Amino acid sequence: MPTQLLLGNEALARGALDAGLSAAYAYPGTPSTEITEYILRSPEVAGGDVIARWTANEKTALEAAIGASYAGRRAMASMKHVGLNVAADPFVNSAIAGANGGLLIAVADDPSMHSSQNEQDSRVYLDLSLMPCIEPADQQEAYEAPAHAFELSERVRMPVLLRTTTRLSHSRGTITTGDTRPRNPLSLPEDPKRFILLPVLARDSYARLVERQDELIRESESSPFTRYVNGPDRSLGIIACGIAYGYVLDVVGESPRHPILKIGQYPIPERLVAEVTGTCKRILVVEEGFPYVEAKLRGLPVRSTPPIHGRLSGHLPRVGELTPQAVADALGLEGPPLPEPSSVPAPRPPALCPGCPHGDTCRMITTALGDRPAGGVVFSDIGCYTLGALPPYDAIDTCVEMGSSITMAKGAAAAGLHPAISLIGDSTFTHSGMTGLLDCVNENANVTIIIVDNLTIAMTGGQPSSAESRLARICAGLGADEEHIRRIEPHPKNHAENVAVLEQEIAHEGPSVIIAQRECIQTARRRARAAKAETAGEAR
Amino acid sequence: MNRNVILAGVGGQGLLALAAVIGEAARGLGLRVRQAEVHGMAQRGGVVQSHLRYADRPIHSNLVRRGTADLILALEPMEALRYLPYLAPDGAVVTSTAPVANIPDYPDEAFVIAEIERQTTHRLIDAPALAMEAGAAQAANMVMLGAGAPFLGLPETSLIRAIEVFFAGKGTAVIDTNTRAFRLGFTAVG
Repeated sequence: MPTQLLLGNEALARGALDAGLSAAYAYPGTPSTEITEYILRSPEVAGGDVIARWTANEKTALEAAIGASYAGRRAMASMKHVGLNVAADPFVNSAIAGANGGLLIAVADDPSMHSSQNEQDSRVYLDLSLMPCIEPADQQEAYEAPAHAFELSERVRMPVLLRTTTRLSHSRGTITTGDTRPRNPLSLPEDPKRFILLPVLARDSYARLVERQDELIRESESSPFTRYVNGPDRSLGIIACGIAYGYVLDVVGESPRHPILKIGQYPIPERLVAEVTGTCKRILVVEEGFPYVEAKLRGLPVRSTPPIHGRLSGHLPRVGELTPQAVADALGLEGPPLPEPSSVPAPRPPALCPGCPHGDTCRMITTALGDRPAGGVVFSDIGCYTLGALPPYDAIDTCVEMGSSITMAKGAAAAGLHPAISLIGDSTFTHSGMTGLLDCVNENANVTIIIVDNLTIAMTGGQPSSAESRLARICAGLGADEEHIRRIEPHPKNHAENVAVLEQEIAHEGPSVIIAQRECIQTARRRARAAKAETAGEAR
Repeated sequence: MNRNVILAGVGGQGLLALAAVIGEAARGLGLRVRQAEVHGMAQRGGVVQSHLRYADRPIHSNLVRRGTADLILALEPMEALRYLPYLAPDGAVVTSTAPVANIPDYPDEAFVIAEIERQTTHRLIDAPALAMEAGAAQAANMVMLGAGAPFLGLPETSLIRAIEVFFAGKGTAVIDTNTRAFRLGFTAVG
């Protein structure tokens, strides 16, 4: 069987398609984006057999997937870890309402915050929702996980969290694909009342969910993603979750001396854990992300027999992603001699592309504000324009989470700050900024909202923006005064004119919206290349 | 057969294409491959690196352990130096000499080159010049593939076949330019 070289995200997507996926919904976010990119490029979507859509945000993605599952189809919503916060409401409640067709929620965590605001571990949501979870250890398991998860989801009638982390999502590996399964027909749930979470019904459903936890633990214990590898030396037992298992094998070699329990399915396989903790003198827990398993094993007060070591005990770093070196150090394994790091390389932080329209918007802001008060007045958001925080721009003062620029500016304005400026991207605005604008309109908040519309979701590679060039109409529809919905083109040639517009709108008492529209230079370039290729094709 | 390679460069230099071609060559030979790469915010004109591993036996980690890289193959000289702690004692550093000085405090170029020359096994290649000779500035990554080839442990024919597979959608002219770039790099390193 020939192998394919796929990213963990692509392997997961191929696995879902081969396992009879009918519908995939997602909001792009690093490191999860390639799951849906792969599905969108697939022959299954081209042939009209599978629906795949970028949605306005993660909440609407998950709700659509729940709806497809309700209708009997196998469905998946994909997102990055912080996207799960946005989708937390449907996530937690879908565990109670349950699934009809298999329902997967694929979430890619980003430990070390390569492209994120935090390194939260999605497994913590398991405690909140009581949902089962599969955590693949490598690309082959990422391929196999959806089939197992869909089957589990339909058998226990619950959604399943599929957790990956950056180094699996964004690493390629050779995989072998397996059999394909037909897609489910349309079929409504036999017991549709469980989808009505009225308190009187939800209490029963929730009690059943709690009762079934032991069944889910047994599922984890017999899961193909859980493995117990015996070793003769019981002075140490290793418990390794997901890709951490790979790091352990990488440094200990093929025939391990100590017993290793690989955890790839949750809830935690208790009896297997007890076998390790009951027979080994010391336990090392190796997991990517939070010390989720380790904290549970340590307990309160912290147990001392056997001692539980890991990120909390200091044997592994408390924050940041794992590395083979960190795991080798935790196991006390000597490595090869390391060359001295060179002192020559200077940091090379990411930057806006030369010619990026966001650079012009940032310059407009700094010119209009001149000498700014300490603490700053420019509330910004999540996107390429967040790089406006760095030199040479130094144009923004905050970036907290999706949509917060508008509502933080509103709160600060009400608290007495003037000017209070919001800088938000087109897609971030449609993701979580529109409701904030509605609040601004209803309260006549004295804020100036700049929506930088580059006509795409640029940071994640140029997915279509839900705004679809309708921002002025959306803002007017939300009640913004049309006289104070201004359109500008951020370009060096328009600098003076644009600065004047911003100054006028700062002076306006009440909410203003400035739509700064110019296409992302990356997508413009790609479009130009594609057009050129097409013309060349016609010429032939 | 077991190789650990660190690929280093700057966003926009075609580093991921370089990684994909080597990975495809190894896969085509029936080897197991792992390749970690960088996406998202980190890509915007900043540092881009990839850990590439291939072997005739199972590979368990996507990341190269420090002190075990057989080769640091770099599209930019300062970036080559960033990963020295990954280099095995007998590992090689093969880098383009052309700096990408998109930061205000880029170190003195002579200092950068001198630091590379301190490495036991090193090769310095004027990749942009050879890419222009091949017919396209963008082919500097394939020049460096050629320069790194003697250290990759993969047959030249497999690498060329992988170039053909990778650029298949772009037409024969693009394949020819990139193959030429590969050969110029290969010859230059001697």
